[in-house]
Amino acid sequence: MKQLMLGNEAVARGLFEAGCGVVSSYPGTPSTEITEEAAKYDEIYCEWAPNEKVAMEVAIGASIGGKRSFCAMKHVGLNVAADPLFTASYTGVNAGFVIAVADDPGMHSSQNEQDSRHYAIASKVPMLEPADSAECKAFAKRAYELSEQFDTPVILRLSTRIAHSQSLIETEPRTELPLKPYEKNPQKYVMMPGMAKKKHPVVEQRIKDLTEYAETCDLNVEIMGDTKIGIIANGPSFQYAREAMGDSASYLKLGMVHPLPVEKIRNFARKVETLYVIEELDDVIERHVRALGIPVHGKDTFPLIGEISQNMVREKLTGEIPDTAVLSEEIPVRPPVMCAGCPHRGLFYTLSKNKVMVSGDIGCYTLGALAPLAAMDTTVCMGASISGLHGFNKARGEESESRSVAVIGDSTFMHSGMTGLANVAYNASNSTVIILDNSITGMTGHQQNPTTGYNIKGDPAAKISLEKVCEAMGIRRVQVVDPYDLKTCDRVLKEELAAKEPSVIISRRPCALLKYVKHNPPFTVVSDKCRGCKSCMKIGCPAISIKNGKAVVDQTLCVGCGLCSSLCAFDAFDKGGDKA
Amino acid sequence: MNQTKSIMIVGVGGQGTLLASRILGHAIIRQGFDVKVSEVHGMSQRGGSVVTYVRFGDRVDSPTVDLGQADVILSFEQLEAARYLPYLKKGGKVITNTQQIDPMPVITGTAVYPENLIEKMKDCGADVLALDALSLAEEAGSAKAINVVLIGVLSNFMDFDKEVWHASINECVPKKFLEINQKAFDLGASYERG
Repeated sequence: MKQLMLGNEAVARGLFEAGCGVVSSYPGTPSTEITEEAAKYDEIYCEWAPNEKVAMEVAIGASIGGKRSFCAMKHVGLNVAADPLFTASYTGVNAGFVIAVADDPGMHSSQNEQDSRHYAIASKVPMLEPADSAECKAFAKRAYELSEQFDTPVILRLSTRIAHSQSLIETEPRTELPLKPYEKNPQKYVMMPGMAKKKHPVVEQRIKDLTEYAETCDLNVEIMGDTKIGIIANGPSFQYAREAMGDSASYLKLGMVHPLPVEKIRNFARKVETLYVIEELDDVIERHVRALGIPVHGKDTFPLIGEISQNMVREKLTGEIPDTAVLSEEIPVRPPVMCAGCPHRGLFYTLSKNKVMVSGDIGCYTLGALAPLAAMDTTVCMGASISGLHGFNKARGEESESRSVAVIGDSTFMHSGMTGLANVAYNASNSTVIILDNSITGMTGHQQNPTTGYNIKGDPAAKISLEKVCEAMGIRRVQVVDPYDLKTCDRVLKEELAAKEPSVIISRRPCALLKYVKHNPPFTVVSDKCRGCKSCMKIGCPAISIKNGKAVVDQTLCVGCGLCSSLCAFDAFDKGGDKA
Repeated sequence: MNQTKSIMIVGVGGQGTLLASRILGHAIIRQGFDVKVSEVHGMSQRGGSVVTYVRFGDRVDSPTVDLGQADVILSFEQLEAARYLPYLKKGGKVITNTQQIDPMPVITGTAVYPENLIEKMKDCGADVLALDALSLAEEAGSAKAINVVLIGVLSNFMDFDKEVWHASINECVPKKFLEINQKAFDLGASYERG
């Protein structure tokens, strides 16, 4: 019986069926559900690693140890894991090793729009790209076969629309594989110059062999229709093209996006009058086709930026523009916001009030950059808040040190904030680092991490103490505050900014969306007392609005955190539950 | 050329649009169609504007709905219905909850929540069915059942068997909320334009 399955869930099913034994990942939208779903199979050992580099190294170790292994990450996670990837390409595998990387064209939930296919080219490993959930499962299984046949890691590339779309698949049983024997083999697994020099030619030959495979394999398929227009496409672009053009074009659908075939493309190009490459983000396939001397349209017609769509393909190739209804009314945007009761709010209000420079990081708290809190100056990548602040202070000197902070979440601190803090301590900047400890990895949808005390299965696990880590790194000033307590937050921030040594403030309160967090009854506004001064509006709470000049609290959203009440000079907020 | 039917479910992060799309997806499978359901997870879910695309037919290619393509827009909130109106096909239908939820720019006073949106959408030629789904959900026993009320209303515009819908709700809703949700569906399905 066919099942409706998310692309990510189908990848996990593919891992299960392929006999995968070890999965290690760090969460990142849109890749997170692969590992969450894999963890539901008792046959697979799964874990959240502190970052993608660690995850990939765990998977490499498991492969060498003789079990089919896997790690998943978002596109920017592959930057973090690039180091092991490039050398794992040289060592090859023992049992199969597959990496899933999920790109985010359109940047639905990312800080850049990089195209991961460049990593497959640069590290010289094969890359497969599915176009629906059935292919997610099938390609995951095929990736293991290729990995073992060609002695290489294999990358499975997804994009948001494939990872986060559900389509129909048929499940098959798991093939249980015996543990492969491990034999000590320094020539294969110890990559120092003497051994690596012998390995590089092997890698180059492997890409040639894989190119031959690409010529004949069923991952790259021709679908012939009218031959006036020929379209070479991959992943979601193929779906958009086929929907737009149907039988009025012919297609070469590439399921293997590295290495690309040569003869197969020449053959297809010969059969069609005008050739297009339709691919999201960079012109990877187009350049390959051009290098073969084949005339082709690509980025002269389609954008390098953002997603492609069926309307776009139709418009570019046929000139047809859809008829749409347009309201003359301006529709206000609805950006994402910190939830009602979010523990980050109180801390960001304090930062906003004190007008400090805020070196930011990646997580829910990045929303602190938006109005009305607007308390973030920079956001680059995971961990960059602390190291970036150190550099900022080294450039601007002592005065800057007393007017700037770094903010970083608990999970991000574990991911790559600790090394930055070591640098602050070691190279002595009087920087103030605020760890926003909400006891969970929030933005990706509540994953455990080494500071939460639970593992991926929800079982109790070792819990790393943030205070002790900071102290061990030589930070002598570590203070813990409750972000709901605005007075203390303000006092402690001022103290630590004034301190002439590195310091850490841990702002600690669990995410308001966690199931175990008990909420207070919602607040109400006593209309007579409210003067409509809008002081309470400064915190950007989605539960508070002004109606007829007075503050109103949305009773379905309010969780009774009381921040609004502590900002009100007229005592207009009535705590729920204790009305006279 | 393409017989694929397209439904967009739109609302505000946290309103329960995901359950609605799940029930709809299951109903479509039970009717024997090919189907794709596409949504974006992550940052937009934090109180932002959310959209789920549901597409079905003999063979579905693109997982997303494009401008001018939606047969139905099922909206949990007025402003969101208006936001996605350009996706509606000519002659397509908008089913919207009349609830209004202020977005942050309205809360902070940098923007105004537009008035008479339903009339304005009708003036654009859209076939709009607006109802207070929140009251019906409360009548069924829980304000959270807005999603299933709206699925009930939607069922009137799709010729699927009634049993298919009930079976899908059975499959997607936790047992202890089943009664409320079946009632919410029936209230939606028997809703008549006021």
